[in-house]
Amino acid sequence: MRDVAVVGFAQRQMREFDGSPTMVELLVPIIGELYDKTGWTKADIGFWCSGSSDYLAGRSFSFVSAVDAIGTLPPVNESHVEMDAAWALYEAWVKIQTGEVDTALVYGFGKSSAGLLRRILALQLDPYVLTPLWPDTVSIAAMQARLGLEKGLWDEKALAEVVVRNRAAGRDNPHAIVSGDVSVADLLAEPLFADPLHKHDCAPVTDGAAAIVLAADDRARAVVDRPAWITGFQHRTDAQALGVRDLTRSPATAAAGAAAGTRGVDCAELHAPFSHQELILGRELGLDESVTVNPSGGALCGNPMFSAGLIRIGEAATRVMAGASDKALAHATSGPALQQNLVCVMEGRN
Amino acid sequence: MGKQLAAVIGVGQTHHRAKREDVSIAGLCREAVDRALADAGVGFDDIDAVVVGKAPDLFEGVMMPELFLAEALGAVGKPLLRVHTAGSVGGSTAIVASSLVQAGVHKRVLTVSFEKQSESNAMWALSVPVPFVMPVHAGAGGYFAPHVRSYIRRSGAPEHVGAIVAAKDRRNGAKNPYAHLHQPDTTMESVMASQMLWDPIRYDETCPSSDGACALVITDEDTAASVDNPAWIHATAMRTEPTTAAERDQVNPHAGREAAAHLWKQAGITSPIDEIDCAEIYVPFSWFEPMWIENLGFSAEGEGWKLTEAGETEIGGRLPINMSGGVLSSNPIGASGMLRFGEAALQVMGEAGEHQVDGARRALGHAYGGGSQFFAMWVVGADKPAS
Amino acid sequence: MTTTERAPVTGIVSPVRLDYTYAASAEESRFLRGLAEGKIRGQRCPKCEKVYVPPRGACPVDGVPTRDEVELPDRGIVTTFCIVNVPFLGQRIAPPYVSAYVLLDGADIPFLHLVLGCEASEVRMGMRVEAAWKPREDWTTSMENIDHFRPTGEPDAAYESYAAHL
Repeated sequence: MRDVAVVGFAQRQMREFDGSPTMVELLVPIIGELYDKTGWTKADIGFWCSGSSDYLAGRSFSFVSAVDAIGTLPPVNESHVEMDAAWALYEAWVKIQTGEVDTALVYGFGKSSAGLLRRILALQLDPYVLTPLWPDTVSIAAMQARLGLEKGLWDEKALAEVVVRNRAAGRDNPHAIVSGDVSVADLLAEPLFADPLHKHDCAPVTDGAAAIVLAADDRARAVVDRPAWITGFQHRTDAQALGVRDLTRSPATAAAGAAAGTRGVDCAELHAPFSHQELILGRELGLDESVTVNPSGGALCGNPMFSAGLIRIGEAATRVMAGASDKALAHATSGPALQQNLVCVMEGRN
Repeated sequence: MGKQLAAVIGVGQTHHRAKREDVSIAGLCREAVDRALADAGVGFDDIDAVVVGKAPDLFEGVMMPELFLAEALGAVGKPLLRVHTAGSVGGSTAIVASSLVQAGVHKRVLTVSFEKQSESNAMWALSVPVPFVMPVHAGAGGYFAPHVRSYIRRSGAPEHVGAIVAAKDRRNGAKNPYAHLHQPDTTMESVMASQMLWDPIRYDETCPSSDGACALVITDEDTAASVDNPAWIHATAMRTEPTTAAERDQVNPHAGREAAAHLWKQAGITSPIDEIDCAEIYVPFSWFEPMWIENLGFSAEGEGWKLTEAGETEIGGRLPINMSGGVLSSNPIGASGMLRFGEAALQVMGEAGEHQVDGARRALGHAYGGGSQFFAMWVVGADKPAS
Repeated sequence: MTTTERAPVTGIVSPVRLDYTYAASAEESRFLRGLAEGKIRGQRCPKCEKVYVPPRGACPVDGVPTRDEVELPDRGIVTTFCIVNVPFLGQRIAPPYVSAYVLLDGADIPFLHLVLGCEASEVRMGMRVEAAWKPREDWTTSMENIDHFRPTGEPDAAYESYAAHL
């Protein structure tokens, strides 16, 4: 395998993006920021890949206009996944591993506020037997949280503690759209949203976009002193049907983590859109108290659909590049109740 | 480690029809997947990863359908990717699957693409009104017809060339048991006599709307060595350009030319017309055959129609094109690109049945999408690529 | 078992209703406000200097927003077109009618619009056309303020003058 590293990351997050769902207005400055950071131009990028969703945008081929943000004449070597851009990053990493290209720029974007997000996501379910009942994603997550409560895997206080820690961490993250000092007692006094979840247990509906630059070998070393070298990059899916799996577990996360090699990580950015999911992920990945979880505040402080997973990788990589972490893990999820999961492990070597 | 060799060892497809009411979306995919696995002589346990491709989710009304299909596709516990690059997606998906093997990440990858347009309303899915754009109420044919007119004006091609393509592809499709349309009696004259829909495009010069799926098993060199006739992947290319841009060439798009140049170079081909034995290219409207002949570099610009008119693109001609009947005979949009890639593989495997080109050793598979702006193509061969 | 009990279920109807708020970019907004005043506002890309109409959040060649405003006349030429003969649901004009790429004088990119006001068979590549606006009281921030384009009767443009726009 070639040595490939994250060498640049840029993001924007907001409650409501006041612009077009193509999001070129956000992508242009993000890509520009990465050119500034790397000293590169368009011609230095060997491969482009993006992640976004037609249903989120409310129209077919929504990613097609986004390529205008690149400027694609002369044409570019480009691909797109209908997934969180963390998987676009995986496709780009594979492309670099073939030896065809040495560099890639990957972006994800989504305007979650354009429609009613949790209703749109109900369209991810089985179209014949489940979607016609319109179970929304928050309700499904609440069922998952309920199962863990009943099994004694966590209690309401443990969920509130997850929120307290993430919101406190979010204070240092200029991109967080929710953050601050809150207490467990205050949180538990809040009204229930989808019993047993409170609103603060759920990631806020967030608009945004993000991008990462990947580079191999000397191309990476030439850009930054301490690239975030990818030492493990794995993803797995579980079955979707809610009745065939133990919703309090995430075998896909455990398998991806084991294959990626998580031993020795000192920091983990977990994509947990609901507080109890962070507890499931931590257990499946075998993270102990020595690991700093979600120093950015995680998805509970901002969860732009189709880039939030990529942002976890960018946040973890940023810490590695800055020397704040020697080995960091980033996780991304997709689908109802943690169906599909990705783990990317990065190391800093001076 | 460098780039690893990869080969197609299994090809499967559904019987394509306007409405496959006998199967669910999962059943449709499994029909193609089961045939591909059987063709390859492998089972789900042998598969390391699954790559799914399809065009817009609005076509079936399911958001990211690969998620609910994970079990049916044998993907549980494995990596699952979902590609979407508009109409070129079937081709791009095959390329992403092959890159997993070429990168040395996996040994055996299953890739599947599908469209079940009958489960939603594709015309509606393409026409969600977007503000700021004048509704001209013309549909996909209305989008491409003006560019066909431009091609005819630029090349000076006679009016009947499109009809020659349509008649040939329908006759080829009649030899393909999986094709949606079986119209062996189509002639240039009957095409010319069909209704003018989007002038200059006639009814018989347009593709049908189909339900269908296609699947491929792509493996590493060691696994491929265990079968008699793998289709070795010699080269792959993808290129993108904008839908609209000032002075963008919509007839002979830059991205297609660049992808082809890159493809031929990778495959060590200097004269495509002489070194490619047959080509399966994405022709949803008949006139795109001569347009892509030129774009791909099989002829000089403005000369592509001469190959078509001379019958050189028939099976038995100098460059047989769309032996399977092509998109003009079956168009399950998301799968259409992979069907082109799969037919190229079948030809060099010698498994194309009634539509086999004698002695095909090296074949092109091609797909495009969006406003002629996304291109995906590969060259496969009966022999291992010369290193 | 009766026949109905044994008949396979070949489909169910499951209506999907989703509402979206579709916002305009800053560039598109300026363009739409111009239309409400009967003006067609393009913008020039600061890098390639091509005039885009409608203006763009990103020039598709250079990846930067179009910037300097250029007011364009409501006349130009048909570069290429098709004659729509297909009847379909929701159609507002009886076929045959012409859907054409209209290149305004001074613009570097054509847009799709309708050409009416003559027989469909009389429309030609290079034909000069002008906007037929709806009555002023019907104007909104919409491209549909221009009901269609119609021939001006001026001589056709030479093929060479628009060949690069095909």
